[in-house]
Amino acid sequence: MATEYVAVGFTIVVTIATSAVLGGYLFRVFRAQRTWLDPILGPIERLVLRLTGVDPGRQQDWKQYSVSLLVSNMCMWLATWAVVTLQQYLPLNPDGIGNMEPTLAFNTISSFTTNTNLQHYSGETGLSYFSQMFMVTFLQFVTAATGVAAAVATMRGLAGSRLTSIGNFYVDLTRATIRVFLPLAVLLSILMMWQGTPQTFEGAARALTIEGAEQTIARGVTAGVVSIKQLGTNGGGYFGPNSTHPYENPTPSSNFVEMWAIAVIPMAMVVMFGYMVGRRKLAVVIFATMLAIYLPMVAVAVAQEAGGNPAISAMGVDQSTGSMEGKEVRFGAGLSALWAVTTTVTSNGSVNAMHDSMTPLGGLMSLAGMWLNNIFGGVGVGFINMLIFVIVAVFVAGMMIGRTPEFLGKKVEAREMKLASVALLWHPLAILVGTAVACYVWATTADPGTALGWLKNPGPHGFSEMLYEFTSSAANNGSGFEGLGDNTAFWNIGTGVVMLLSRYIPIIAPLTLAASLGAKPAAPETAGSLRADSATFGVTLWAVIVILGLLMFMPVAVLGPIAEHLALR
Amino acid sequence: MFTELKQGISFTLVTMVLLGGGYHVVLWGVGRVLFPRQAEGSLIRRGDGTIVGSHLIAQKFERPEYFHSRPSAVDYNAASTGGSNYGPSNLDHLNAVEERLDALMKQEGVAASQVPSEMVTASGAGMDPHVPPAAAELQAARVAAARGFPVARVRELIGAHTEPPTLGFLGRARVNVLELNLALDGH
Repeated sequence: MATEYVAVGFTIVVTIATSAVLGGYLFRVFRAQRTWLDPILGPIERLVLRLTGVDPGRQQDWKQYSVSLLVSNMCMWLATWAVVTLQQYLPLNPDGIGNMEPTLAFNTISSFTTNTNLQHYSGETGLSYFSQMFMVTFLQFVTAATGVAAAVATMRGLAGSRLTSIGNFYVDLTRATIRVFLPLAVLLSILMMWQGTPQTFEGAARALTIEGAEQTIARGVTAGVVSIKQLGTNGGGYFGPNSTHPYENPTPSSNFVEMWAIAVIPMAMVVMFGYMVGRRKLAVVIFATMLAIYLPMVAVAVAQEAGGNPAISAMGVDQSTGSMEGKEVRFGAGLSALWAVTTTVTSNGSVNAMHDSMTPLGGLMSLAGMWLNNIFGGVGVGFINMLIFVIVAVFVAGMMIGRTPEFLGKKVEAREMKLASVALLWHPLAILVGTAVACYVWATTADPGTALGWLKNPGPHGFSEMLYEFTSSAANNGSGFEGLGDNTAFWNIGTGVVMLLSRYIPIIAPLTLAASLGAKPAAPETAGSLRADSATFGVTLWAVIVILGLLMFMPVAVLGPIAEHLALR
Repeated sequence: MFTELKQGISFTLVTMVLLGGGYHVVLWGVGRVLFPRQAEGSLIRRGDGTIVGSHLIAQKFERPEYFHSRPSAVDYNAASTGGSNYGPSNLDHLNAVEERLDALMKQEGVAASQVPSEMVTASGAGMDPHVPPAAAELQAARVAAARGFPVARVRELIGAHTEPPTLGFLGRARVNVLELNLALDGH
């Protein structure tokens, strides 16, 4: 058991250390400074800009930037929707997969366009190789890059003084895609193939097993999907069970690499922020505050999963290796718990164990990660979410000491607070109202007492399944308590709408806020200014996140996971 | 607005071809050259070229002369993989675990405390190719008896097929069931 804690600690330390380096690289990329990859990536970037007719010299204000963001994403939505609804007639479909049903296609495309990757289908039976390439892979690159672009523009707004433009969306999008995600994805894909992940255009392999049974083994262009799914906090697996599948995650080494890839860019975004606004110490304070929430969550989840299921221990089985339902021998309970927390705080949503089968409190940590959605968070958007909490903490601290709240020398006023409130309150609203509606529909349509309807599990756990689905959609996470029978019109349309709104509201509102701050003149700091780059502010921020971000979910936490935990013995 | 739309469409189409197509084809080429065996799925072939299975994909073993894999919620269907998704408190789940436990205790002639939980719980994808060393040890006597081998010989094979955790601490020690059974047949 001790080695599991070593493995968990080692993974976290290596990821943090490398994110510091990567953060510096990101800064150079978005400042258009020279990097050592220029000779290879420079020509590709220029080619893309030329072919797409982007004018790199054109500067946009926040409105133009937002319009470009929304219009590009709409075009991506329509193009990929056409791909999956027509996949039967398109090439590269060796296993003869049919077209996607309309409500499922709406859900799936909304899910991938919003970087959520909630999957109401199963890859090996629902998508052709063509769709895996031109829908899944394509969107996993460009939507991750969209998040990074939004974050970079927001940071420029904060760093600026009397700013009128915040950059060019398509230039940022191209840079993030070509100079950040592409090289890392190629490197990671090669490592994954080395470890055993397939990358083939041949259809399923047909085996005659030792005992003489026929076994059809689905495979495909897996390595290329797995790497970008991890790096871009996408999380949408090639196969149904995601990175629990031995082809998607063959060894402890591949597991380490995938784990690293989940968190490294979200962590590096914080480091980049420090460079962008010229305040490394502020970045350290924010990073440390995030760690002070992340690490306790990891500790709880690891302890719970390694402790096993008490109901199974009661049967006298040797459960010394932890709760293993839905988990893989090669990873063990500890690394699965680390993954579960990391993938939910970062809005990734890939899994290396089935979350539905986790212990109640282990599952609660996953839910809490998505309720917060700002502890490192999704690439780009996670940092934006954190920024909203920073603004609120500045405001609260300002109220407490009786001064006008200021952030980076700029006054935080009513307009900024209104925008922050919109971004902040949308999240719990979508989750709690969504879950309430789902409960009502379930209670009124399922045959009470005899059938579980779309639930796999009875009692509090069944409630958790519905709660998890809307939480995952609103957090643009994409993981699930997969026992839920979610491929129905209700779930496809309901979560599809939530994913779309929960993507664009929390991007546009903060971008507007940052531009509003950026347009103000920066006043020099005086002895009377609130210092955001101090430990005191870190503690305030921590408290604001926990109180505002978690407390409103307390009632549902009690109804679901906590009730189940107390009943389980 | 029209120029915005035109820009969006051209960006979508160009990057779709580059990232959906070019990227995958380059990786496919790299895989063919550097890792041809892994890139096609780590398949194991017989002398006549037919496929026995994959190093990475669990198979169903029921006969006494073979080591058995972990339970699979999808009955080892590698074309439609998945876990049970049973919650920890679900009585259907706990009953299924208890049934597996009773069957194992009878089959291997052991007490419950000797059964590792991995052998009574379904894996995440239903395709776990491994069992922990303790689960192989659990089955050694039965396999040896069914084959008329000395138990020591079977244990030796288990030892030879036990992979330690990577770097000594990443992941778990494990035995690949298919490889072990192929080795048994080879003797």
